Amino acid sequence: MALLETKNLGITFGGLRAVGEFEISIEKNELVGLIGPNGAGKTTIFNLLTGVYVPTEGDILLNGESIVGLKPYQIVKKGLTRTFQNIRLFKDMTVLDNVKIAFHHKMQYGVPNAIFRFPGTRFWKEEKEIDEKARELLALFKMEGSCNSLAKNLPYGEQRKLEIARGLAADPKLLLLDEPAAGMNPQETRELMENIHFIRNNFDVSILLIEHDMHLVMGICERIIVIDYGMVIAKGLPDEIKANKKVIGAYLGN
Amino acid sequence: MKKWQEYGTTLIGIILLYIFLIVLMAVGLVNGYHQGVLVLIGINVIAATSLNLATGYLGQLALGHAGFMAIGAYTAALFMQMIKVINLPVDIALVAALIVGGLMAAFFGVIIGIPALRLRGDYLGIVTLGFGEIIKNAIFNLDFTGGARGYRGYLGSINLTKMYIIVAIVLTVLFLLIRSRHGRAMISIKEDEIAAEAVGVPTTFYKIFGFATSAFFAGIAGGTLAFYQKMIDPKKFTFMYSVEIFIIVVLGGMGSITGTVVAAVILGVLNEFLHVIDQWRLVIYSILLVIMMIFRPEGLMGSKEFSFVGLVKWLLKKMNKSSVGDDKDSASLEVK
Ligand SMILES: Nc1ncnc2c1ncn2[C@@H]1O[C@H](COP(=O)(O)OP(=O)(O)OP(=O)(O)O)[C@@H](O)[C@H]1O
Ligand SMILES: [Mg+2]
Repeated sequence: MALLETKNLGITFGGLRAVGEFEISIEKNELVGLIGPNGAGKTTIFNLLTGVYVPTEGDILLNGESIVGLKPYQIVKKGLTRTFQNIRLFKDMTVLDNVKIAFHHKMQYGVPNAIFRFPGTRFWKEEKEIDEKARELLALFKMEGSCNSLAKNLPYGEQRKLEIARGLAADPKLLLLDEPAAGMNPQETRELMENIHFIRNNFDVSILLIEHDMHLVMGICERIIVIDYGMVIAKGLPDEIKANKKVIGAYLGN
Repeated sequence: MKKWQEYGTTLIGIILLYIFLIVLMAVGLVNGYHQGVLVLIGINVIAATSLNLATGYLGQLALGHAGFMAIGAYTAALFMQMIKVINLPVDIALVAALIVGGLMAAFFGVIIGIPALRLRGDYLGIVTLGFGEIIKNAIFNLDFTGGARGYRGYLGSINLTKMYIIVAIVLTVLFLLIRSRHGRAMISIKEDEIAAEAVGVPTTFYKIFGFATSAFFAGIAGGTLAFYQKMIDPKKFTFMYSVEIFIIVVLGGMGSITGTVVAAVILGVLNEFLHVIDQWRLVIYSILLVIMMIFRPEGLMGSKEFSFVGLVKWLLKKMNKSSVGDDKDSASLEVK
């Protein structure tokens, strides 16, 4: 059974059909690219998968179970997290707290325990555990030095990295990255590619990635799906996509 | 410092501050009248810190705090009257009444929060504004509230000591709540609601929870006001009072509990001098607000906090500096 499977997925805004007949199937530990010209509907697909928009047609199955109609936070619990095209960090919180938030849904202690912090209660155990986990995760991304800085004070590339780390902290089975290299210089992009490789090798996670940087997409994705005007126009291996006439047409204009 | 040492330090700080107050009273620097002023400041501290929870931490604009205070005041008063027959010790009855008043306010918080908070944006501001006015008018026109003449019945009494204890408890609870996973969740909503939801925070739940908690403590503030004044004057709970509390929050710093305390004290003291020109009070507040917005838009303390722990660490550091070299043990304290 595929990790993620969509069937005839679509959404119409007013009269505009932003996405239609979208079918994708992602297996465990796959790295899939989603590309297409500006306004093709890529981010909209992410919004459908993560529950930000409710589809007007079709179904989304995560581990064989429909997640249509669930709230975004419930979908996170099921194992699907994302990053945003225009970075969305908790800017005035520390780097460490940004990561800790993502552990929220794994924690149990209630409000009474937050106020009555008797020794040996869940509060202490869980807070200690996530503090360690968050620091470990940041160390993996070589960010342990900026644990206590505010997220907004990080350099741009680091902010992108932090957002990915935060997404991973939620312990997803599938991670959606929306243009992670946008706004990065070549050096930062190279580091990002290394990091994505690193995530693949060290986390048990599949990745679906939107990207305009063709060098990056072709370099790391195992499979690529191309959409234009909300419809899939091509699917296949990077080399097949590069040679596909429809794809070239979509990017260059017919 | 270990966690329990930090908690201990804070507790000692709270007690020392109280002893300081007692000494001031004993030597006559704080007389009966001053004590009354301090109790009223304490009530504003509870009201404003609770509003700060909704506005400064959760990021929701709430403009009807006086309405929740009114609900707390009347509920606590009526409850006190009701349990009179069972003859509880007066302080236990008082605490019970305050909590019941707070719960009633929280209940109303949930009722208006559910429709208003499900929507994004500032709907809550408009709804709470209307809510405050409705409550005021309801009180004026209902029988059991005593209408415009005000409520006079059996009410417990609150003095400075009890007020100090109540304020200390409320502030402690707020701090502990904010510095837990629940507080982090609330702050993340203020920072970016969409991102919070996208990393697994049930935002609607926490918005309603935070708003109801804010209403709960507003209800407690209302109850203490009723018990202190031994009557309830419905004319107190106007929109202007909500605004006054809001101003305290903005002056002190959104997202700073201790900043709110400082602002409440400053405005409370300032108030004493402005009594003679009462009509001008809010004008002066507004001017203060404008000055603040120009020179320090984040409020007195921004989102920083004063802490006894920080103070002690700072003092230890100072002491170490003044005794460089002659004491290796105290130097290592700094490192730990
Ligand atoms: N909430 C919405 N209401 C109306 N139209 C929308 C909405 N969200 C997206 N669209 C439309 O859907 C289309 C696809 O937008 P989308 O953001 O998914 O494109 P994209 O492929 O991510 O483009 P880019 O590469 O520029 O990020 C656009 O025409 C956009 O205007
Ligand atoms: Mg996009």
